[in-house]
Amino acid sequence: MMKKKSKILIVIASLLLLLTFLFPLWKIDLQAPQYPEGLGLNIWVNQITGLNENDVDRINGLNHYIGMKAITPDDIPELQYMPYIIVFMVLFGLTIAFTGKRKLLYVWLGLFVVLAIIGLYDFYMWGYDYGHNLNPDAPIKVPGMTYQPPLFGSKQLLNINAVSLPYIGSIVILISILISIFTLFLDRTKTVKAKV
Amino acid sequence: MKNLLKNKFVISAAILIVAGMIYTGCENVKESVSGDASSHVYVAPGSYDEFYAFMSGGFSGQLAVYGLPSGRLFRTISVFSQNPEKGYGYSEETKPMLMTSYGFVPWDDAHHPELSMTDGVPDGRYIFINGNNTPRIAKIDLKEFETTEIIEIPNSAGNHGSPFVTENTEYIVAATRFSIPIPNKDVAISSYKENFKGTISFIKLDKESGKMSLAFQILVPGFNYDLAHAGKGPSHGWAFFTCYNSEQANTLLEINASKNDKDFVAAVNWQLAEKFIAEGKYTTMKSRYFHNYMDESEQTAKSEEMTEVKVLNPENLPGLIYYLPTPKSPHGVDVDPSGEYIVAGGKLASLLPVHSFSRFLKAVEEKKFDGAINNIPILQYDAVIAGEVKNPGLGPLHTEFDGQGYAYTSAFISSEIVKWKIGTWEVVDRIPTYYSIGHLSIPGGDSKKPFGKYVIALNKITKDRYLPTGPELTQSAQLIDISGEKMKLLLDFPTVGEPHYAQALPADMLVKNSKKFYKIEDNKNRYVTKSEKDARVERSGNVVHVYLTAIRSHFAPDNIEGIRTGDDVYFHVTNLEQDWDIPHGFAVKGANNSELLVMPGETRTLHWKAKDEGIVPFYCTDFCSALHQEMSGYIRVSSANSNVPVTFGTGN
Repeated sequence: MMKKKSKILIVIASLLLLLTFLFPLWKIDLQAPQYPEGLGLNIWVNQITGLNENDVDRINGLNHYIGMKAITPDDIPELQYMPYIIVFMVLFGLTIAFTGKRKLLYVWLGLFVVLAIIGLYDFYMWGYDYGHNLNPDAPIKVPGMTYQPPLFGSKQLLNINAVSLPYIGSIVILISILISIFTLFLDRTKTVKAKV
Repeated sequence: MKNLLKNKFVISAAILIVAGMIYTGCENVKESVSGDASSHVYVAPGSYDEFYAFMSGGFSGQLAVYGLPSGRLFRTISVFSQNPEKGYGYSEETKPMLMTSYGFVPWDDAHHPELSMTDGVPDGRYIFINGNNTPRIAKIDLKEFETTEIIEIPNSAGNHGSPFVTENTEYIVAATRFSIPIPNKDVAISSYKENFKGTISFIKLDKESGKMSLAFQILVPGFNYDLAHAGKGPSHGWAFFTCYNSEQANTLLEINASKNDKDFVAAVNWQLAEKFIAEGKYTTMKSRYFHNYMDESEQTAKSEEMTEVKVLNPENLPGLIYYLPTPKSPHGVDVDPSGEYIVAGGKLASLLPVHSFSRFLKAVEEKKFDGAINNIPILQYDAVIAGEVKNPGLGPLHTEFDGQGYAYTSAFISSEIVKWKIGTWEVVDRIPTYYSIGHLSIPGGDSKKPFGKYVIALNKITKDRYLPTGPELTQSAQLIDISGEKMKLLLDFPTVGEPHYAQALPADMLVKNSKKFYKIEDNKNRYVTKSEKDARVERSGNVVHVYLTAIRSHFAPDNIEGIRTGDDVYFHVTNLEQDWDIPHGFAVKGANNSELLVMPGETRTLHWKAKDEGIVPFYCTDFCSALHQEMSGYIRVSSANSNVPVTFGTGN
């Protein structure tokens, strides 16, 4: 059984995840001289929004020149079911805190890490698809050029420098994972000490 | 030796002459510009100017916007004149803006820009400007630098003394330059004294909607009314109007209207006028005039024909107007920031009278009158005067204030600006202008809190100041630094049309309100096309409506067939862009009106008559993207009796 302190930490780790509904997971900043006012995307658990009003449309408008598919958030199924996964993880975490079963915490953590890796991979694949599957009738075709935005860091795509970095939502997830690892560690050392 | 001496003499003489030329040359420059002037007017690339000045375009009928201190022209706002550059006054949506009781009047003579005020200080919402010829007042919305409303002034024969605003823009005033029979009728011109009258009009600005309406007019003796200013602070509730031709001459005015030693400043108690209106002490006069405004959601100008106006007659409404005697044919009438002093520039006078508002009230109370005209009491000059500025230059026209206790008066004949101290009436500095200054302008210089720093001289003549361009030379303004004790000339800059008057305000007041584009979902234009799939061509009889969309870098439809000769085609172009700074143009070959410039989210309509069989191209005129040159289309025009069906499309 888990200590009371550990249970509280797990409640915190679980509830923290709800913040992902308030802050984007990822931010893609597109920097170009003609856009001094900024241009870019925020990726949330359930939506894609612009850094400014209308940025999604503005980016789609630009992307049609290179033959990239339009980004239409309604057509991305992940945005439909990701919120359920988050809610599930919150409820699961709260159940662990309530029951105090340490083994379940391993399951929760393991599942969480796997989901996070799948999420990143999925995100990468979407980026790959947008960047590589280009309309052959595109007005601007640069031989050998693809337009996949980076997962982390920056990349020059024609006139645009794309900077992609995790945002508050992802940091919250990372903190949640770290808290649960810390909890396991805390709980284990105390148990060992008690046996001695 | 003799020869050598002679040569030496010649050489020395030549050196002296050249040195003298260089010396006088330097002297001339020194006289007008100090060495560091260029650094004061330099604005680094990408930076905004500190102030923006709105200068009337005079006979161009427009309003031009310049940065200060750089003097850079960066925008001409279409007001009273058609402007094919953007289709203003040509597109179906904007044509109604130029409707008047005389029909469509696509030009005017625009004189005095006036910023809207709150608490007696410019608030950056609107700027107004008068049409002097066909009496009108236009309102420009500073969110978009576009003319959004024009109201015609009936019973006026030239709207010169206009459009000055009251402390909170409760009213915008207008006074007729020329008197005429009111209502107008066929009389002998020589019956001037008997038949001719003037009017002073008060246009109300609705607090909520920002719309103008003609609240009332005051029938006044048949003089020429020239300029105006509303009171502020203690004089709030009053408005002051200069008049000349109190001689009531109807011919050779330059002699016959310059005989009297004194003409008048008419002080109008508009708060009392409101009371008289509320008490029903007015007559309703049949008067035809137009009120045109841009319906914001429909993006279409509407013209309303108005039929009557409330008129007050001061002859039987005591207390409404008083005359302050003022030498000689006064032009500007300017109220200092405190609201106590009223300066009237007698353009033929050798001194500048400053009336005191508190003494004026006292004189009214003590009935210190010197006769009356049509029951309007004339006050005793000595009872209302606060002081006289001696030697204010020849032909003092107009005065503005720096908020530091000084006034600046332009003098047309002596071509200079004269700085004098309020209270002591002493002239403390003077600076020549090049040449023949009319009005002058200090940012916020007619408000309660002038921003100061600069005065702009708005000149009438340029002569040798610019490259000669044949008989017609450029118009010009000059920027003068007034931050120090002595005025310093910084810059000459050319202007659009004749800059009669200007008003300026700090850049940040404009930046914060600026609109980036029109939201397409709010576009309620009757002919809007909100997405490409709704683009279409509809025929009814000989009228064809083309619902066309523009987005980088194509039109939908871009191939249109089934148009017949004699068709009246209306291209309703909607710019689908929702991005900053992406207008699209629309131009049809051989169009007899103009092109269109359509802002993001906006719909504009071009009427085009199909005349000859054949293929007619159309294209985007505003370089919008890398594929702007490809943004084009074709119209196929068939014979009047052809049976080519209406078809249209893009990319199929």
